[in-house]
Amino acid sequence: MSLSADPRWGEALSHLSDYLGNHVRVSLAALALGLAISLPLAILTRNRPAPRAILLALASIVQTVPGLALLALFYPLLLLAASVTLAWFGVSFSAFGFLPAMLALALYSMLPVLRNGITGLNGIDPALIEAAKGVGMTARQSLIMVELPLALPVMMAGIRTAAVWVIGTATLSTPIGQTSLGNYIFAGLQTQNWVFVLFGCFASALLALAVDQLLGLIESGLRHRSRLRTGLGGIGIAALVAATLVPTMGRSSQGYVVGAKTFAEQYVLSALLRDRLQAAGLSATARSGLGSSVIFEALKAGDIDLYVDYSGTLWANQLHRTDIKPRAELLADLKTALAKDKITLLGELGFENAYALVIPKKRAEALGVRTIADLAAHASTLSIAGDYEFFSRPEWAALQKAYGLQFRAQRQMQPDFMYAAVATGEVDVIAGYTSDGLIAKYDLTALEDPKHAIPPYDAVLLLAPKRAGDEKLQAALKPLLGKIDIATMREANLRASGNDANSSPDAVAKWLWEKVGRR
Amino acid sequence: MPSKLAISYQQVTKSFGRLKAVDDVSLDVAEGEFLAIVGGSGSGKTTLLRLANRLIEADAGTITVAGEDVRNVDPVALRRRIGYVFQSGGLFPHLSVADNIGITPKLLGEPPAAIATRVDELLDLVQLDRAEHRDRLPEALSGGQRQRVGVARALAAKPRIVLMDEPFGALDPLTRDALGDDYRSLHRSLGLTTVMITHDMTEAILLADRIAVMRGGKLLAQGTPAELSNSGDAYVLELLRTPRRQVERLNALLPASGAA
Ligand SMILES: Nc1ncnc2c1ncn2[C@@H]1O[C@H](COP(=O)(O)OP(=O)(O)O)[C@@H](O)[C@H]1O
Ligand SMILES: [Mg+2]
Repeated sequence: MSLSADPRWGEALSHLSDYLGNHVRVSLAALALGLAISLPLAILTRNRPAPRAILLALASIVQTVPGLALLALFYPLLLLAASVTLAWFGVSFSAFGFLPAMLALALYSMLPVLRNGITGLNGIDPALIEAAKGVGMTARQSLIMVELPLALPVMMAGIRTAAVWVIGTATLSTPIGQTSLGNYIFAGLQTQNWVFVLFGCFASALLALAVDQLLGLIESGLRHRSRLRTGLGGIGIAALVAATLVPTMGRSSQGYVVGAKTFAEQYVLSALLRDRLQAAGLSATARSGLGSSVIFEALKAGDIDLYVDYSGTLWANQLHRTDIKPRAELLADLKTALAKDKITLLGELGFENAYALVIPKKRAEALGVRTIADLAAHASTLSIAGDYEFFSRPEWAALQKAYGLQFRAQRQMQPDFMYAAVATGEVDVIAGYTSDGLIAKYDLTALEDPKHAIPPYDAVLLLAPKRAGDEKLQAALKPLLGKIDIATMREANLRASGNDANSSPDAVAKWLWEKVGRR
Repeated sequence: MPSKLAISYQQVTKSFGRLKAVDDVSLDVAEGEFLAIVGGSGSGKTTLLRLANRLIEADAGTITVAGEDVRNVDPVALRRRIGYVFQSGGLFPHLSVADNIGITPKLLGEPPAAIATRVDELLDLVQLDRAEHRDRLPEALSGGQRQRVGVARALAAKPRIVLMDEPFGALDPLTRDALGDDYRSLHRSLGLTTVMITHDMTEAILLADRIAVMRGGKLLAQGTPAELSNSGDAYVLELLRTPRRQVERLNALLPASGAA
């Protein structure tokens, strides 16, 4: 199939007005806030070297924090702030999505605005400031009538840099719940949908480029005192903003919001849930690519209505339990504990997505290894790779303790690349996921865990507190409970990991429903 | 006889750190007088001028303008009353010629129509073509035109006193001569009091009624050119030697026949 005829382009295009509109909205708000803070600060500190140095140093430090980390930091910070305002003033706000993204991006935009603002103001010929005073201007009049207009071209260059940074970094706000062009990139990376990745990258680059060029036009207009160029640039920016915002403005409430974390299985399941709700006549959208700590809080706060999580994850991360219980007992405890937060655990989907130590089948046979206990004897000569959280999770500690595992080396890896890495021998063992389709694809095997060191990870359906009594919703979801066995999920995941038109989450979700719907 | 004083310095001192830029200077400028301040670079001329409209404050001594101690006058109001022509022109590069000239009236809250009329008057006064120059930016003017705009700006709010800091210093000799003459006649016709800094003794002699000589922050001498030539101070005589030599050489090179 030729690249241009690939239906995924069409699918990508269908999300464009939503993603682009949200992207522009959060970027614009962040930039406006950043300017509103930085410009006055630049003006206030222009003649005060000490505060100026401190301010610039702080802004530089912010800049060295990676964008993703900065965005991620604002989520718990706001969560804390929200609980404080709730306790003190009885009002709370959503720490999810727009607000943390806007604040983090605003902070990110400050350095270039501050730096150029100060440079611009300090770079003015002192003779002109003296002249302003000499013709009878007050300090304020001198600032407004002389200093700011003269510094404007340099300030504008800073604003231009800030705009490009903000637009680029805004793609990273997807995991904290802010829809952006990053949704393409995160979804594409997780589901190996390179069409989406390309589309997202191009769209955000194009947006940044367009804004940069238009602001550049304004800047050159200011520099050369050309009203025409300044005006054209201004009109261009206004038109761009209007064109991207208007289509998403009038949109009515989006109905039920189905959350999904940042991996393929979640994308497929959220598409499946959304389809089921829509089939029942309920309006629903999927909010994908949410960070795994963000998503639970978002559910609790009602920012999303439902999503699929895993019993072992909730047990360790939300209940902070380190003990391991048998499957049924753990589920029952979990249900009770979640009910205290008014979260409904509607039921299990029927499969488990647990961590498992995975090695190539051939290698396992060659080594004569079937269980983790067998592996322990060879561990000191082997290397292991896991995802970014695995080695700091209690399961890993439990595994090491139960089997006395001591590997030669351990590495962290992007989950998508882990399987290929173990298949090619780049690493010897990986901590994979039992429901992953790649296990079959690469002819790998998951080692048995005879001592049950790894807790059960049943996929469970969670509902937000406000949906506890929603019978229509629950009726629409019930047909899915217990229907998806591990083999089916693995196959679905394998399909989703493909790189063709049938591997989009939407397509796989349809396939999955066809498989399990009649059961 | 000079009656009222426009500006009076009494034992004025101004230091920058340990440097006494103006050192115990007493100097009177009578109303309607054209005074030139002459002296080498760094002798304190600019500092002395800036003290008069409180662009800087004196450390010691008293300065009066129109009989009033400047310390009792709001500095912003004071500066709007006194015209100032800056050494390098000091025109605002982002404002048109008209906006530059009209700036002080605008600050004084005069209506735009009145300012526009005044700007045209001033363009005529400094002999710039209204239509051609009004809307230009300073960068589109020659050096001489810029200084003419600087003079027009200083006169815009109809000040009684004009301070000029080497206004024609950077111009070619012909332009400089023409501008000096033009200003001199404005000074007379408008009845202004003018204090002009120059490092060129010839210019000072040709334009000013009286000359004050500065050196190392001190006022060395003051008086009419004739009075100065009777001075016993070696530096003052040294300063006067240059114009004298110029006259002698010019007389030798340009025999009187041409004038007939
Ligand atoms: N703002 C200032 N800070 C420090 N020193 C200054 C300042 N203004 C002038 N000076 C010093 O005071 C002395 C007199 O300066 P100025 O009045 O500008 O001299 P002139 O105009 O005769 O060339 C010079 O040595 C100059 O360096
Ligand atoms: Mg000077």
